[in-house]
Amino acid sequence: MSEGLTVKTMEQFMAEGKQPEILFWVGSAGSYDDRAKKISRAFVKILNKANVEFAVLGPEESSTGDVAKRAGNEFLFQMQAMTNIEVLNAYGIKRIVTCDPHSFNTMKNEYPGLGGNYDVVHHTQYIKELLDSGRLSLEGQFYKEKRITFHDPCYLGRANSVYDAPREILKSTNARIIEMKRHKKTSLCCGAGGAQMFKEPEKGDMDINVLRTKEALETNPNIIATGCPYCNTMMTDGIKAHEKEDSVTVLDVAELIANSI
Amino acid sequence: MNFTIPMTAYVPNILFALALLAGIGYFTKNVKKLIRNIKLGKSVAVNDNKPQRWKNMARIALGQTKMVVRPIAGLMHVIVYLGFIIINIEVLEIIIDGLFGTHRIFAFLGGFYDVLIGSFEVLAFLVIVAVIVFWLRRNIIKLKRFIKPEMEGWPKKDGNWILYIELILMFLFLTMNAADYKLQELGTEYYVKAGAFPVSQWIALFFDGMSQGSLIAVERTAWWLHILGILFFLNYLYFSKHLHIILAFPNTFYGKLSPQGQFTNMAAVTNEVKLMLDPSADPFAASQEDSEEPEKFGASDVMDLNWVQLLNAYTCTECGRCTSECPANQTGKKLSPRKIMMDTRDRLEEVGKNIDENKGEFVPDGKQLLDDYISREELWACTTCNACVEACPVSIDPLSIIIEMRRFLVMEQSAAPTELNNMMTNIENNGAPWPYNQMDRLNWVNE
Repeated sequence: MSEGLTVKTMEQFMAEGKQPEILFWVGSAGSYDDRAKKISRAFVKILNKANVEFAVLGPEESSTGDVAKRAGNEFLFQMQAMTNIEVLNAYGIKRIVTCDPHSFNTMKNEYPGLGGNYDVVHHTQYIKELLDSGRLSLEGQFYKEKRITFHDPCYLGRANSVYDAPREILKSTNARIIEMKRHKKTSLCCGAGGAQMFKEPEKGDMDINVLRTKEALETNPNIIATGCPYCNTMMTDGIKAHEKEDSVTVLDVAELIANSI
Repeated sequence: MNFTIPMTAYVPNILFALALLAGIGYFTKNVKKLIRNIKLGKSVAVNDNKPQRWKNMARIALGQTKMVVRPIAGLMHVIVYLGFIIINIEVLEIIIDGLFGTHRIFAFLGGFYDVLIGSFEVLAFLVIVAVIVFWLRRNIIKLKRFIKPEMEGWPKKDGNWILYIELILMFLFLTMNAADYKLQELGTEYYVKAGAFPVSQWIALFFDGMSQGSLIAVERTAWWLHILGILFFLNYLYFSKHLHIILAFPNTFYGKLSPQGQFTNMAAVTNEVKLMLDPSADPFAASQEDSEEPEKFGASDVMDLNWVQLLNAYTCTECGRCTSECPANQTGKKLSPRKIMMDTRDRLEEVGKNIDENKGEFVPDGKQLLDDYISREELWACTTCNACVEACPVSIDPLSIIIEMRRFLVMEQSAAPTELNNMMTNIENNGAPWPYNQMDRLNWVNE
């Protein structure tokens, strides 16, 4: 599905003697995970459409270290953070946009203490900016009357109190937004956070993602929207567990917007 | 004979003063112990942004804003809380009366006094209703969060005891007033006509036909039991989850101000990492200068936690809102954030007793918070989602303790689950949690 995306690296910008408006921090999931790669492409489609001068680090990007930190490996986290900060500072990066709430959280909150001070925004916040400033406009028909429920990623919502940006841009698709019983501050985790994504869950009577998708399905949605590659995986697996993959799709907010332009 | 007052007339005053002294004295002793135990924790910078901290305390502790997130329990709690604070104005009068042998010393306030006593009575009645509802929720309705495994034994008894004591205190207060009201009606000497008795006048109906002497006996007995009960309750606090009525205030003051997602960066690690990343640094020279023992990473026991985390543990009133919001607990995992707090307090108490028994010095007892209280299985079940932190009505942060203990497991013991070790090895080798080549980071563009 190569759509002729334009993606330039920071190295190329440097060679041209230019600075991009923003750095798109792709993150490990967005770079390597098959499902998350589609989200990266959808977001770039939006950036291209809005003529945003953006750069990526490409091979110079490395794990933020977030997952190591949540697992308790502060050492590895700080190694990763300081290495990344060195690269980012060398390029004089001011503003970072990412589709991953975990990268968003750690770069926004934990990098400053290690010498990395940037204006970090989540892609839903950035898309809202593009819409508000008129740089991006939507056709607005594709999802008309579709029932969409938004699952708040913990590290976007509770962790950083970003609740409105994703909802506002979802509204601009003319879809019907139906809230789950537990949303915003009381949203239930998808089960991937705190390094759970990379291990088997402890013994219990249910998987967390199955419980969360059950709550999502109670809203009788056509689409479950989220803003995190890990939530996306968990919710997609959850839908399969409920055997609803034929009637319900899990999409990132960026994908919904990319399909509406 | 009339001009000398026999010494025996002062017996009640002396007894009262002694009871008061003993009650407050023992409480003070335990508060000192409490402070000493909390100070076993590591220092932590929490003196920033005082205005915000005062605001949080006023809003969350005084204003009960997080309690009312759950409206039924919240409203009931506000009633008991207001009852507790307001009825305590009455305790001031009781203490003065007790010490100086006066009766209803504030009666001179006239109409205002009537309003005061009247509203105390209404509140006392509402407290009784709320306490009964609380008891039903715990014992008959058996709300899920009150019957979790960590609530078995003492915690369950403690919860009920608090309700019984409150119930008894309220009944004693109303009985005292009812007898007083009757005595006032009879024009008994000493019992000044003062106060309004919207609730206790109904109790007074049971006293119809009782002699003045019996009424005085009832009034005095209720009065004494009430104040002795309050002193008992004050001293019960230290041994109970009910400490929150005091500690909720400092705890909300010292609560986390940064975004919930922000974890601390460990300074000791920063120094080491800087050394490693600095090509000009000589690692051997550094280790020779540094003769003191290297700092332990993370926490395996309560002394490794910071003092705010220990204050958190004493503040926890075991309401279980954290546990009922925890995704791991809801799906049947062993982890319960409330248990993390209860375990921390239990271990801290054990360490405190150890210090008491060994002349102010902690003698290693072969036990620690990790494994002896909190299992690894619990620690690894956490998704770090902050639901527990958000749910706590008094700004307790169980997640910070879980992370501190994971840090110990990973950095001191290399004891992470195998899959996580693989993930971390991948990050070390190729900068991603999966084993992909870093040079392929941009492949997604053309796929």
